[in-house]
Amino acid sequence: MPSHWLSLAVWVPIVAGLIVLAVGDRNPREARAISLLGALVGFLVTIPLVTGFQTGTSAMQFVELVPWIPRFNVNYHLGVDGISVLFILLNSFITVLVVLAGWEVIRSRVAQYMAAFLVMSGLLNGSFAALDAVLFYVFFEATLIPMYLVIGVWGGPSRVYAAVKFFLYTLLGSLLMLIAFLYLYQKSGGSFSVLDYHKLPLPLNAQILLFIAFLMAFAVKVPMWPVHTWLPDAHVEAPTGGSAVLAAILLKLGAYGFVRFSLPILPDASHYLAGFMITLSLIAIIYIGLVALVQTDMKKLIAYSSISHMGFVTLGFFIFNAYGMEGGLVQMISHGFVSAALFLCVGVLYDRMHSRNIADYGGVVNTMPRFAALMMLFAMANCGLPATSGFVGEFMVIMGAMKFNFWIAFLAGTTLVFGAAYTLWMYKRVIFGELANRHVAELTDANTRELLVLGLLAIAVLWLGLHPAPFTEIMHASVNELLRHLAVSKL
Amino acid sequence: MLTRLPIMLLAYPEIFLLAAACAILVIDLYLKDATRWITYALSLVALLGCAVLTTIVTGMTGGQLATTFNGMFVSDMMASTLKMFTYIAVALCLVYSRVYMAERGLYRGEYFALALFATLGMMVMISAAHFLTLYLGLELMSLCLYSLVALDRDSAVSSEAAMKYFVLGAIASGLLLYGMSMIYGATGTLEITEVAGRAARILQSDHPSKAVLAFGLVFVVSGLAFKVGVVPFHMWIPDVYHGAPSAVTLFISTGPKLAAFAMAIRLLVNALQPLSGDTPQFQSGWQDMLVVLSVLSMAIGNLAAIAQSNIKRMLAYSTISHMGFMLLGLLSGIVGGNALSAADAWSSAMFYAVVYVLMSLGSFGMVVLLSRAGFEAERIEDFKGLNARSPWFAFIMLLLMFSLAGVPPTVGFYAKLSVLQAVLGAGRVWLAVVAVLFALVGTFYYIRIVKLMYFDEPQDAGRIDAKLDVGVLLSANGLAVLVLGILPQPLMQLCFYAIKGL
Repeated sequence: MPSHWLSLAVWVPIVAGLIVLAVGDRNPREARAISLLGALVGFLVTIPLVTGFQTGTSAMQFVELVPWIPRFNVNYHLGVDGISVLFILLNSFITVLVVLAGWEVIRSRVAQYMAAFLVMSGLLNGSFAALDAVLFYVFFEATLIPMYLVIGVWGGPSRVYAAVKFFLYTLLGSLLMLIAFLYLYQKSGGSFSVLDYHKLPLPLNAQILLFIAFLMAFAVKVPMWPVHTWLPDAHVEAPTGGSAVLAAILLKLGAYGFVRFSLPILPDASHYLAGFMITLSLIAIIYIGLVALVQTDMKKLIAYSSISHMGFVTLGFFIFNAYGMEGGLVQMISHGFVSAALFLCVGVLYDRMHSRNIADYGGVVNTMPRFAALMMLFAMANCGLPATSGFVGEFMVIMGAMKFNFWIAFLAGTTLVFGAAYTLWMYKRVIFGELANRHVAELTDANTRELLVLGLLAIAVLWLGLHPAPFTEIMHASVNELLRHLAVSKL
Repeated sequence: MLTRLPIMLLAYPEIFLLAAACAILVIDLYLKDATRWITYALSLVALLGCAVLTTIVTGMTGGQLATTFNGMFVSDMMASTLKMFTYIAVALCLVYSRVYMAERGLYRGEYFALALFATLGMMVMISAAHFLTLYLGLELMSLCLYSLVALDRDSAVSSEAAMKYFVLGAIASGLLLYGMSMIYGATGTLEITEVAGRAARILQSDHPSKAVLAFGLVFVVSGLAFKVGVVPFHMWIPDVYHGAPSAVTLFISTGPKLAAFAMAIRLLVNALQPLSGDTPQFQSGWQDMLVVLSVLSMAIGNLAAIAQSNIKRMLAYSTISHMGFMLLGLLSGIVGGNALSAADAWSSAMFYAVVYVLMSLGSFGMVVLLSRAGFEAERIEDFKGLNARSPWFAFIMLLLMFSLAGVPPTVGFYAKLSVLQAVLGAGRVWLAVVAVLFALVGTFYYIRIVKLMYFDEPQDAGRIDAKLDVGVLLSANGLAVLVLGILPQPLMQLCFYAIKGL
């Protein structure tokens, strides 16, 4: 029986976004209500994707296949496997929180703000579900438009610079990916189906060039060192919701790209260049971790911490064993919760103080105890404390790395030290100590709406930390299949 | 001996438009300014009549290739399709420019007559099956365009632009004519299909006139490059686009591009296909020349556009880069001497041309819309804060800008996708990489317009009052960019049929 849950997951938020736009900026109250409704419905329609998910198979599920542009054999081809399904859920969940987080904070052009996030949510779901290269590219690229507007319109003082940098950086990478797709289209005798590409034999030098083209696209998105420089700018300037979506979802698109495209389409090149990828990942983990340590701006610190954590993800993918791969995927989901939560925490503070400087804070716990408690949990998750989601992914990746090579595991393990150092030090300076100044003394604790948003994320973080089995069970079959596929040469 | 009359039927749209334009010119003499709307309405009716006649002609021929006037005039699927798009483009130009022209005292009968005669020129070019017909159409169009640029005769900038356009256009026509005469010298015929056959034979036999043919080709391509407006024959474009009244710029940047595309197809594909290059007899031909033109256009067009502070100049350079992109499709047809996937490649160029005209109509239409009496919305700063002044038109302009930049889900992306597909199909991976790198450079100045509209505060609080018809059509034009982006198949298929029937 054909099901349309994936199409609903893609189109419900987009349609809701368009309705919100039509309602217009003159009715902010209605715009907010419709946005929340749209986001909630958008989340609800993704639940059957998990409840109806067959865990025993690596085949694509909930497949929808309709000819779209027969001229180029492009199909509207959606489907999910154990790798992608959770990201759709994560994205729809985060969208609800982002709508809530922007509830009172955004005062100018409310409808446009909410619509941008809803449309982006649908497009991101589309990117995770697309099994046709052109369809994927369309969704992947189209997300740039709302994000560009979100950063540029509602962002901080140098938002224009950040928005343009974000746009051009990401576009450069994806244009090369487009050429890679067109090349594969020629080689496969006229198919844009990603699943066909998985089976397509390719010589090593072609694989390496294609790998580099994909790497340009995905490395910028992840972002990997040294193409990460757009991220701190974009994060710092974006409004809270923008930072949360950027960190929680958009970055995952890059890592997802590796699993869906680079690894299965180009297994030989992946093995050939694994050393290179591992080196880049380790640089991200260690060097960027150190960079995070010296940040004075909270958002910048979390941005660098994101890059460092995403280094773990790419490391996990390129050590080619089940622990590493699943660990990387779990880390992606965990980081989705934790980074979104931390950015929302900074947002809560920023809305009150209009400063992101660590030096402007101190002793927040005295005036905001409930908020401090929740932020504590997220800070701990960011350091990878056992029983939080951060631990599971990092531990699995380190286990995988240990099987692969002791020294890589050792270097990756240093993140537990650096991560704890920069996160807890920031936490200490912001939350603990004497009341730093008059403004901190006047702070009011998080309100119900903020507590709800952070509370939901806290539940998610603890759930994934204490009982990750339901998550890994979904991934199992697909990850094993991917590893089997990777072990076979395509030359 | 009986001389058979030519089958007039195929040329009915042209004949009708000629009669209509003459009639409108005369009727307008008896109209006062207050009743000028009659001329306007009649012009639109004339275009509608042409559309109906073209439909009838296409229905009679079934879209098959048919020639008349002793093989000087051809009617095929491509001609019908491009003519239809030309009517739409011209009609939209007339609608968009009505208020603009009226506010500047340019809303006169000449404007309509010249626009219609220029349209007639385009139609003749599109249907040309003979070098002379082609040249006739080209000159008719060009002369009308020169006069249109100078329509605001009190404006020194316009007159200067018209002068430049005329002088450079005349040189280009000269080059083209010179090239045609050389080809005539080598092949002994001016009929386009005959030229192809004889040129192929000359190449086979290693005849001495091979060299003459090659020289002719160079001149023809140069003349064509002038008319299409690609580097290094682009110098007139920024000045003319800048100097002409915005409504005329809108006109020049739309319909004539379709005619120029048709001219390129008639000359290069229909007549000089044996000289395309990449064959044992003729190693490098026009395809390689177009590679050079295309790369230079994409480079100079995109880089120079960044430096512009005048939106008309910026869009002029953007036109140059887009024409460079369009050439990518044209030059990918013949691979290794065979034309198996040629229809794919050429139809991608046609798709690009049609899509470009659609986007150009919208973006110049917006420039025209934002201008008021005594104020030209020419500087890019005039777009500042458009979102605060009119969220709807800002959104339309946003769609157009992202489409010009080639960002999905707008149709501009599929235009780029299809030409890049053709380029890779011809095995020129490096060219595709160069193309996307310059497309990236180009993105910068398009998103700068979006930045001005959305991120900046308005400098000009003036209300944008669009007349209902302009508002609706401009919105439809902008939304078409999105709708065709979501469902590009029909237009792509139409272009494919049009080219396949050549």
